[in-house]
Amino acid sequence: MRPGTLSPRTLKRGLIALLLPALLATACVDEPGAGAGASGDDIKVGILHSLSGTMAISEVTVRDAELLAIEEINAKGGVLGKKLVPVTEDGASDWPTFAEKAQKLISQDKVATVFGGWTSASRKAMLPVFERNKALLWYPVQYEGLESSPYIFYTGATTNQQIVPALDYLAAQGKKKMFLVGSDYVFPRTANKIIKAYAAAKGIEVLGEEYTPLGHTEYSTLVNKIADAKPDAVFNTLNGDSNVAFFKQLRGSGITPQTTPVVSVSVAEEEVKGIGPENVAGHLVAWNYYQTTTTPANDAFVKAFKAKYGADKVTSDPMEAGYNAVYLWAAAVAKAGTVEVEAVKKAAGGISIEAPEGTTTIDGENQHVAKTARIGLVQADGQIKEVWSSPGPIKPDPYLKSYDWASGLS
Amino acid sequence: MGALANQLPIGLSIAAVLLLIALGLTFTFGQMGVINMAHGEFIMAGAYTAYLLQGFTSQSFLIALPVAFVVAGLMGLLLEWSLIRRFYGRPLDTLLLTWGVSLVLQQLARDIFGAPNVQVTAPGWLVGGVDVLGVRLPYNRMFIVVLAVLCVVGVWVYLTRLPAGRRMRAVVQNRELAGYSGIATGRVDRFTFLLGSGLAGVAGVALTLVGPVGPSLGTFYIVDAFLVVVAGGLGQLRGAVLAALALGFLNGYLEFWTDASLAKVLVFVVIIAFLQVRPQGMFVLKGRTLV
Amino acid sequence: MTLGRISLVVCIVLLALAPLTLSPFRLGLLAKYVCFAIVAVGIALAWGQGGMLTLGQGVFFGLGGYAMAMYLKLKEAGSAGLPDFMVWSGVEELPALWKPFGNPVFALAAVVLLPGLVAFLLGLLVFRQRVRGAYFAILSQALAAAFVILLVGQQGLTGGTNGMTNFSQFFGLDLTDPNGQRAVYAIAAVVLGVTFLVAKLLVRSRFGRLLVAVRDGEDRVRFLGYDPAVVKTITFTISAVMAGLAGALFVPIVGIISPALLGIVPSLELLVGVAVGGRFVLAGAIAGAIAVNYAKTLFSEDFAEGWLYLQGGLFVLVLVFAPKGLAGIVESVRYRLSSRKRAPSTPVEVAA
Repeated sequence: MRPGTLSPRTLKRGLIALLLPALLATACVDEPGAGAGASGDDIKVGILHSLSGTMAISEVTVRDAELLAIEEINAKGGVLGKKLVPVTEDGASDWPTFAEKAQKLISQDKVATVFGGWTSASRKAMLPVFERNKALLWYPVQYEGLESSPYIFYTGATTNQQIVPALDYLAAQGKKKMFLVGSDYVFPRTANKIIKAYAAAKGIEVLGEEYTPLGHTEYSTLVNKIADAKPDAVFNTLNGDSNVAFFKQLRGSGITPQTTPVVSVSVAEEEVKGIGPENVAGHLVAWNYYQTTTTPANDAFVKAFKAKYGADKVTSDPMEAGYNAVYLWAAAVAKAGTVEVEAVKKAAGGISIEAPEGTTTIDGENQHVAKTARIGLVQADGQIKEVWSSPGPIKPDPYLKSYDWASGLS
Repeated sequence: MGALANQLPIGLSIAAVLLLIALGLTFTFGQMGVINMAHGEFIMAGAYTAYLLQGFTSQSFLIALPVAFVVAGLMGLLLEWSLIRRFYGRPLDTLLLTWGVSLVLQQLARDIFGAPNVQVTAPGWLVGGVDVLGVRLPYNRMFIVVLAVLCVVGVWVYLTRLPAGRRMRAVVQNRELAGYSGIATGRVDRFTFLLGSGLAGVAGVALTLVGPVGPSLGTFYIVDAFLVVVAGGLGQLRGAVLAALALGFLNGYLEFWTDASLAKVLVFVVIIAFLQVRPQGMFVLKGRTLV
Repeated sequence: MTLGRISLVVCIVLLALAPLTLSPFRLGLLAKYVCFAIVAVGIALAWGQGGMLTLGQGVFFGLGGYAMAMYLKLKEAGSAGLPDFMVWSGVEELPALWKPFGNPVFALAAVVLLPGLVAFLLGLLVFRQRVRGAYFAILSQALAAAFVILLVGQQGLTGGTNGMTNFSQFFGLDLTDPNGQRAVYAIAAVVLGVTFLVAKLLVRSRFGRLLVAVRDGEDRVRFLGYDPAVVKTITFTISAVMAGLAGALFVPIVGIISPALLGIVPSLELLVGVAVGGRFVLAGAIAGAIAVNYAKTLFSEDFAEGWLYLQGGLFVLVLVFAPKGLAGIVESVRYRLSSRKRAPSTPVEVAA
């Protein structure tokens, strides 16, 4: 008889006997809940970003910015006289893990609030967890809109604060023909739906709409399609590593920023570094904040960030939005006089801070924030120069209700 | 029409990339039956070599090619010597083993170089392109095609014209007989692995011209590389070349007519269908020791 | 003999006691591990007994999961409504593909039949052509890659990368309520038990012996007049059905199904537990799957960056030093103990 194929019954059971009880015993010992969010002299806050996996590239920088804000607030005496204690969890670039860790932060660690997420998928995975537990999430990244959960605060741009201003800018530059390129997921598809509605209303022609799988690295065919269509501008919603391949392969094709600028909405300072500034210089990006934005708050933010994490580090829009989220929450708690979720939600409407990007104000109705839109030009040194900005902060409108041409979208 | 003609060199350049990443595998998988999931991480090691060398001299990119060959080759040698040689005759176990190794290597890269992509600047003479009869030829793509051709010729010469290559083929076709004839099969194995991994390193340097350089670089290419080897047939240089060309043009034109996602799925369907006709790939090696 | 019985009883008691002692959060995690253990039984069948290294088990997990998720979504949306993700994907009418999934009987049947059918067809095509070993492994891996791309590309039908989330009901059970969660856990535990029994009966049957024979000498079995392709296809199909069941249970337990769970890496991760526990022993595979996933949770809570090192290292160590996993170690210890009493029979080395 072959051992291992049909071994004695006792053996298999002995094995279970060995492993499972030990396992269950360890699992059974539940950590005792550490009490409410604000116990004693501390307030626990959760930080939930991907520290491993493909999204770690981006999300680790946001975590760093949030930790910096917490440190600064503690240095000034904390919130309600109590120190903030961050509890960091890893979402591992995996959406179910985000839901699992959110549940852990809420029910095991009993944090007062959570700052976290990057991809739309991670937010959608966490949303039911926060709504079910009536807990708060602060989501710091620009996203596709069409959402307004009562238990999420959105400190990144919604579509009318990033994509719509970028379209206005292109239209003002006389761009009449556009090509849409995106990674195959929710944000690019929704963004392109909005772009097509806008284009139809304003007489702009959309010459092509192409999606590539996440992590795709072969762009020569797509570049050929763009060269063939001869658009005035390319609207780029590619994500992460794909941008590197796209821009490197675009550069050899003879398409130049002078003839056909590419407008990217997911390329910030950090990504420019990985693409290589020489490959993307001269192209446009649309955000609400750049490292070069000139406000007193930004000087302090950039200086503090470099002092804490190294002089070679750059700051970017999602980092700034994460940094703001901590300050906005702290201001709301100070106003409410408690960390209790419903009270903080009630107090949050109208809260305003002088952020690195300028004045940002929470809209009590949809829990987004008013932000200034900025179009930037990528420089050869990897920094981004602002070439246009909205006259003031734009009121958030996640469902684009105030735009006639968008009436069929939501 | 112009765009359709443009797809020709694009198909060729996709084929060249596929061939570069799969060439090393025809050695390790094809010749030795070792499914090396860490092959992608050797490609990554080559790319990081180019990153580390840049800035030393004006021609650091060209220098990076042989250096990456040595770096990745030595990594392969180490892997073979420390782990894989215990696993011959257990191809499925080597697959899992090397996948474990690839996870460790990815995390190592993340700890050493950081999670974000790093920037590798292409040398000036590889920037831009030229129009020939209305067909656009980017220099970096042409360079990859030339490099792929050089590598194939080199491998061919090695296998057919050099004594070491003949010894390798002898071991592939009948390990025991080769051993009895006085060939040190263990040393041949190690050298085969060094060559295969070294070629991955060279591919890594070339890929910095067109793709991202980061810890997950290897994962982008590994499945495609294996598909080339499977479609081409075990241990066959001409099979790998033909399969890479076929898949390159197929990919190029399918994506041109549909989109990138659908093209990938269709290519998979075509390979399954093809294996119905030729279950052993394009060319079958009449060996005795491989399953 | 009695020791084995006692330990089995202890295990059942512990699994039964878990809902009483664990917090709802930890119980949810345990239920998730149980799902992976169900997949592990199928993998142990196909890989350990049948020698088919399937790197695409996530596909079948996904098919079962999506079938279940579609039903739950439709149930939630009511008779007239659309699932939430279709609304923001711009789909206005319920696609024809979705309509039958409103029927619970059809959905439950699909959970079993869909993965089974796909595996059956693929197995038939591949095994009949005598594609085996490494070729089969790589093809099944490519299948996982292609499946994910397909799912992601059809956002209006499948929810794209986001997948489907937000389930509050499961056949009348309230998933937001701890009692509902306990009930779902109980269902998963029972399914695991049934799966284990089915696999065990199969392994002990004539068919099981034939399967092992195919693994160790496919050509010889063919010369004896059996058709190895049929044996392999059936086993592969059964293992796919198990993965599909696990996927269907995963949806109400974790509350999400998305392509991130089905690709190449998750499919490989499903193998880790089986390899560690011991692929040749069903109970070992179950214990391994639960232990490895538990370790993953522990690590990611305290030492996130280290998980890849541990996972990779574990794989390497197990394969080098204990190719038969923990079950193999236990076995050899027992073998040594018992060989003092009895004259040992020579063990045959297993060529995988």
